[in-house]
Formats: sequence, C-alpha cells, structure tokens
Amino acid sequence: MELLDYAFMQRALLAAVLVGVTAPAIGIYLVQRRQPLMGDGIGHVAMTGVGLGFLLNTSPVWMATAVSALGAVLMELIRWYGRTRGDIALAMLFYGGMAGGVMLVNLTPGGSNANLSSYLFGSLSTVSPSDVTAISILAAFVIVVTLGLRRQLFAVSQDEEFARVTGLPVRALNLLVAVTAAVTVTVAMRVVGLILVSALMVVPVAAAQQLTRSFAATFVIAVALGVTVTIGGTVTSYYQDVPPGATIVLLTIAAFIALTALAAPLARRRARAASAAQPAREPAECAIPATRSAGDEVGA
Amino acid sequence: MTHDTDDTEDRVSEPVIRLHGVRAELGSRPVLRGIDLTVARGEVVALLGANGSGKSTAVRSIIGQVPVSAGEIDLFGTPRHRFRDWSRVGYVPQRTTASGGVPATVTEIVSSGRLSRTRFGLFRRADQDAVRRALELVDMTDRARDPVDALSGGQHQRVLIARALAAEPELLIMDEPMAGVDLASQEVLARTLREQVDAGATVLLVLHELGPLEPLIDRAVVLRDGCVVHDGPPPKAVGQHALPGHDHVHPHAPTGAEPLRTGLLS
Repeated sequence: MELLDYAFMQRALLAAVLVGVTAPAIGIYLVQRRQPLMGDGIGHVAMTGVGLGFLLNTSPVWMATAVSALGAVLMELIRWYGRTRGDIALAMLFYGGMAGGVMLVNLTPGGSNANLSSYLFGSLSTVSPSDVTAISILAAFVIVVTLGLRRQLFAVSQDEEFARVTGLPVRALNLLVAVTAAVTVTVAMRVVGLILVSALMVVPVAAAQQLTRSFAATFVIAVALGVTVTIGGTVTSYYQDVPPGATIVLLTIAAFIALTALAAPLARRRARAASAAQPAREPAECAIPATRSAGDEVGA
Repeated sequence: MTHDTDDTEDRVSEPVIRLHGVRAELGSRPVLRGIDLTVARGEVVALLGANGSGKSTAVRSIIGQVPVSAGEIDLFGTPRHRFRDWSRVGYVPQRTTASGGVPATVTEIVSSGRLSRTRFGLFRRADQDAVRRALELVDMTDRARDPVDALSGGQHQRVLIARALAAEPELLIMDEPMAGVDLASQEVLARTLREQVDAGATVLLVLHELGPLEPLIDRAVVLRDGCVVHDGPPPKAVGQHALPGHDHVHPHAPTGAEPLRTGLLS
C-alpha cells in the first residue's frame, strides 16, 4: 500500500479510524434517546467555535470543542426547562451558531468563508500533526465514556424515569452524553466536516439495527461499519480525487441500503427458525394481539 | 392477604412510605391537594381512582419524578430528597415510558434494573444470577435473548417487573401493572406478586380496578380530584362474580358516600 508511505495519508487514516469508532459509539445513545439530530445541531454551534478560533488566532479544533460543548450543555438545559418553547430555542441556537461562525470568520483580518469550508466539509489531507494529537486525545475521552459507562448510559437513554429510581445521576449522565457528542463533532470535523458529521453518528447505527436484535450487537456492528466506511472513503478519495467527507457519507448510506435489503430475508429466516424451535410456546399468544392500548381492560 | 409476620414493632416505628399533606401541580392545575398516605412494612396497598384523580401523580411524586409544591415525603424514614438507598425500591412504570430507538434484548433491559446494586455499573457473577432469577420469576427465561420489541404487551410488562425485581427490592411501586395485559400474563403477574408479598415485600400499586390482584391487597386508598376519599379495607365486591368494570364509582358521588366496588372504571 503505497499510500501509507505518505505522512499526510497516515495522519488522514488515523483521524478517519478515530472518527469511525467515536461517531457511532456516541451516536447510538442519541438514537436510543430518539434525538438522532442532536449531532447536527451541535455541528452548527461548533461553527461559532471555529470562527472564534480564527479570530483569536488559536486552534480552531480546541475552540470548537469548547464552544460546542457549551452549546450541547445549553441544549440539554433547554430540554429540561423549556418544555413548550424548547424547539424554538434550539432553532435559535442552531442558526445563531452557524451565523456566528460566518460572521466571526469574516471579521478575522484576511479571513473569508473559504477558510470555513475545510471545517464545513472536511479536509482530510490537511490534517496537521497537532490536529492528530487533539483528535486522539478527544477520541480517547469519547471511547472511555461510551464504553466505560455503557450500562449507565443505556439505562438513562432507554428509560429516564426508571433510571432515576435506580439512583443513577440522570442529569449528570445526560450532560455527559451532550458533552461527549460535542467532543465527537469536533473529532469528526476535519474528516467529514461539520455539515455531514451527524450522518456518521446516526446512519451506521440505523444500518446496524437492520440486522441486530440487541443493543450490544448494534454497538459493535455500528462501530465496525463506521471504521469500514471511513477507511474506505479515505482510500477512495486518495485514488479517485473525490472529497473524502462526501465519499464517506455516501458509502455509509449505501451500506444502509444494502443491509436493509439483506435484512428482510434474514428476518423471515429467523421467524421460521423461531416457530420451528418452539412450536408449542404459549399457543394462546397467537390469538392475542401483540399490542394493546393502555385502556384495554381484560378482566379475569 | 394480610401479614402476620413478627415484625409488628418495625411496622409501627418506621413506615416504608409516608406522605403528609403532599400537594403537586401540573402546569397551574392542582393535581394533588394535600394527600396523606402511609404504607407500613409488609403491607400491600392499592391506590385507586378514576382517570385524572391524581393516583399516578402520587406515585410519581414518591419517586421524585413530579415536583411537590408542599408537604413531606419519607421513604424508609428518610426524607425523599436525602434518600439514596434506591436499591431498596423497585419501580414498574406504566408500560408506555420504556422504549428506546435502538433494539434491546430482554436481558439487557432487565440488567439495567440491577445497576443500583452495582459499583460503577460493573457486573459480577451475583448480578448476572440476580438478573436470571428475576427472569425466572416472571417466566420469561426462554425469551431472554429476544428483542423487547417482539414481545406482546403482557410479556413486556413482565419484563418491566423483572427489571424492578433484579435489584431484589424491599418495596415495589407499580403504576397500573395490569393495564393492557393479556390473561396469561395477568396470572403470571399475580403469582409473581404473591411470591414477593409472601417473602415480605412491601407493595404500593396504582390500579384502575382491583381485578385478579384483589386477594393480595391489604388496604385500598382511593383518590378523587387529588384528595384521599377512602383509606381502609379494600372495597368489597358487590356480586363476587360480577365482571370487572361492571360497577362504577360515580365521579360526582359525595365523598365516601358509597361503598367502593371492584370495577373502578370511570
């Protein structure tokens, strides 16, 4: 593999693998909480961080991390307190973050929106050694949180009310998910770009669950898929001169379509196997509808 | 079923649940208007009432899910805001609250009920065993690896009860455990509950009607419009074999005027 001889490609592949692992790893909890688009919102807010990084002449990656983490915490707070106007407040945050980024970049001496575009759409080949350091540290944090606290995060994302009664610090864990998602956005920013980052958080998870029946398997397959498409997209972009971010996202969607097509016969086979294995299991169940409305009264 | 165990002193000294003058609002609408409720150790108490009477809000205030504007709530003799010993409490929410956007197996769901007994969420052999036992109690062992989405309403309810039992709690709080549950599962649930009660568990149940759990219940507390209107022996069924839902408590009946009946459908 000649492409590994180039230092910039080594950095690009390392960054791509880290994104392939971290984005689905936190994305699965967002999907489980039914907030799959939260990553998208954080991506918008992160633009203000990038702009601030340019204006203050500091690292856009670290500045984006700080600002998007702040934005994610704000979103979480809006989710708690802003019951009725929550969606409006979130919209303000999203578009305000995007507009803020554009404004700040243009205020920077010699800055223009061209500087932004490598963050908006990713720019793998320009990943610097200091970027790789930042991305590695941030990715390590995401992996420690999503794997180390998987039981707690599973419980909170599955059923918040029940999690509270098991004594879990529900608010702290929700904030941690928000901050971890923000960190993941900035990890992925240089690879797929802020506009497309949410795709890598959501689509591998959606694709994996076409095949899986458990959370653990969904997690493993989503991460494996994430790594496959990020490496595949990076390598393709090297040989074909196509933008890596867009290639990665399109590959992910292709994988989703392929797995969905594969899932239908698999589900049929499972159903046949299940009915063959346990022919007499609770025969009465067949006569009873699978779901009932809560008001359905069945007396003894 | 009453408990003639020998912990009579304990019962008198420390109620498991104590609510005193609890008020709660949802928005600006008062839902609880000064509720007193005590559940002693080993007691099985049913909280009854029509839709909107405040019975669900009452249990949700006990577990801290609904903010309380006035009054006191004690759990095991400790004010609720200082209560940390949550592994002593098993909670079974209404079935609708528990669904995630990612597939999860029965074992994965039940395991989350064991978290209160673990340190930093690390599972030991004893924790795995407790999860397995909880599944056996509700007769769901053969479905342990199935996704919860593939279950019937009654089976799903059994999973939620197993999740509460996984922590081996002393107190079970259940919100409408029989709602939308098929006959086979109702029998499993009633049997499971009986076993827990025989082992000394304290139970607070929100019920729409006494139904198949009636023989287990020591005491019934009836709410109407956010106030307790009956606190005493479970209302006698009028016509033992009348279908549940046959008799109604009229929502506008004067406080405590009529004996309350099995079918508390209103």
